Amino acid sequence: MNVLIDKFDVFAGGFWLTLQICFLAAIGALILGAVVAVLRISPVPPLRAVGTTYVNIFRNLPLTVVLFFAAFGLPALGSNADFLRIPGLESIFSRLGTDLPYFRFGLIALVLYTAAFVCEALRSGVNAVPAGQAEAARSLGLTFGQNLRHVVLPQSWKASVVPLGSVIIAMIKNSALVGFFGVVGDLSQTADQLTSAGGYPFIPVAIGISVGYLIMTVPLGALLDRIEKRQAVAR
Amino acid sequence: MTTGDPLIVLDGVNKWFGPLHVLDDVSLSVGRGEVVVVIGPSGSGKSTLCRTINRLEPIDNGTITFDGQPLPAEGKPLAKLRSEVGMVFQSFNLFAHKTILENVTLGPVKVRKEKPAAARERGLALLDRVGIANQADKYPAQLSGGQQQRAAIARALAMQPKAMLFDEPTSALDPEMVGEVLDVMTSLAGEGMTMVVVTHEMGFARHAANRVVFMADGQLVEDAPPAEFFANPRSERAKDFLSKILTH
Ligand SMILES: Nc1ncnc2c1ncn2[C@@H]1O[C@H](COP(=O)(O)OP(=O)(O)OP(=O)(O)O)[C@@H](O)[C@H]1O
Ligand SMILES: [Mg+2]
Repeated sequence: MNVLIDKFDVFAGGFWLTLQICFLAAIGALILGAVVAVLRISPVPPLRAVGTTYVNIFRNLPLTVVLFFAAFGLPALGSNADFLRIPGLESIFSRLGTDLPYFRFGLIALVLYTAAFVCEALRSGVNAVPAGQAEAARSLGLTFGQNLRHVVLPQSWKASVVPLGSVIIAMIKNSALVGFFGVVGDLSQTADQLTSAGGYPFIPVAIGISVGYLIMTVPLGALLDRIEKRQAVAR
Repeated sequence: MTTGDPLIVLDGVNKWFGPLHVLDDVSLSVGRGEVVVVIGPSGSGKSTLCRTINRLEPIDNGTITFDGQPLPAEGKPLAKLRSEVGMVFQSFNLFAHKTILENVTLGPVKVRKEKPAAARERGLALLDRVGIANQADKYPAQLSGGQQQRAAIARALAMQPKAMLFDEPTSALDPEMVGEVLDVMTSLAGEGMTMVVVTHEMGFARHAANRVVFMADGQLVEDAPPAEFFANPRSERAKDFLSKILTH
């Protein structure tokens, strides 16, 4: 069990890196997922088709395959995902700016994959709003964007928030895969470092990283339970 | 009563829901200031007809013009047209997350870009007119059905529409609330609003309508002044329909 104390800094570093990639991926997936959701419910059929195709691809591929494409496909296309070296952001999340691109590749894969689920969570919320609400808004002459902003989204938000939280929890757990695609030093890869390279016994290390993930996911889950309870009372 | 060009013209309109021919070569013209009541058995296409006029339902062929212009395709021009046609639904469809006054001012502020203070003032006047000024700050769920429907009429009127469409506005109401909604509609008709009203309220049709249109199986079967229609229905379908509803 000494490893937990002796190598506390390694665990903490892994936790911090996983937290960073999850934070960035969550923001990216929420934005991209919202865009795809708007496409999927838009009145323009070609846009709807784009949104639907996106969801069908990324919801139905294993994340490993998406990571595979990002980590090996992007370099083959000559991209180092340098567009993610966003000034400012780069200084807080230092891995965004490193020459080694695997953090960025992992991030892209997580965002692309998770956005499909974010889209569906948002859409299930929109579907929970009675159709008459949007019809009344259209009858008044509100445009599609105004309709979403003033009528549909304020009402769909409640029905979306719990499924969205579940999507983010799943994403945090899924992030454990990026360690196998070149990202050095996140929580799951830390386990590999300590056991195979450092020779530490497996079980204490596994307990250490489990605690790291649980610190991120359990509070989020508890928050969702509270929101759900509050909504049940309000209903 | 009617002056100049008709406001709403449907010409040879057809619409299918899959194999179902819901609107079968429908032609109808509604003059400015005219009140047309649409009646007919359930499933005959009355709601669909009403909803094609502001393109909530697109049609498969034929033409619909409003105020001289063919209905535009989806987009900004369609939104503008819809803002000129008020619609009142059977299920009210008030915005559940907004107060009654916010319901009434949303369109004027967001679509017409009116100043919020001015829209508020006009909104309150409209709520007063339909008799629910004291409910302005409540949410729709806190109102009775009749009050909600009157709020929905005020919301539509706030856009200062050129015409109003009503799709069974009293069918979801308890009997004692039907009158208060019909009173508002009758007074609107009296002020010269152009109205298309789908309803089973034969009293309203007799007293407030200029014409009664009878639909069956997607076809427009009769189109006559109410006195003539009720005294002398020409088609078997209309006679049959009237005998059923009038014996109750
Ligand atoms: N979105 C839709 N998809 C498929 N069929 C539909 C749709 N809307 C209506 N219909 C069908 O079209 C027919 C006409 O419907 P419509 O609502 O216009 O009738 P209606 O005359 O208003 O009847 P009611 O008096 O019951 O309101 C019905 O058979 C209905 O089931
Ligand atoms: Mg109907």
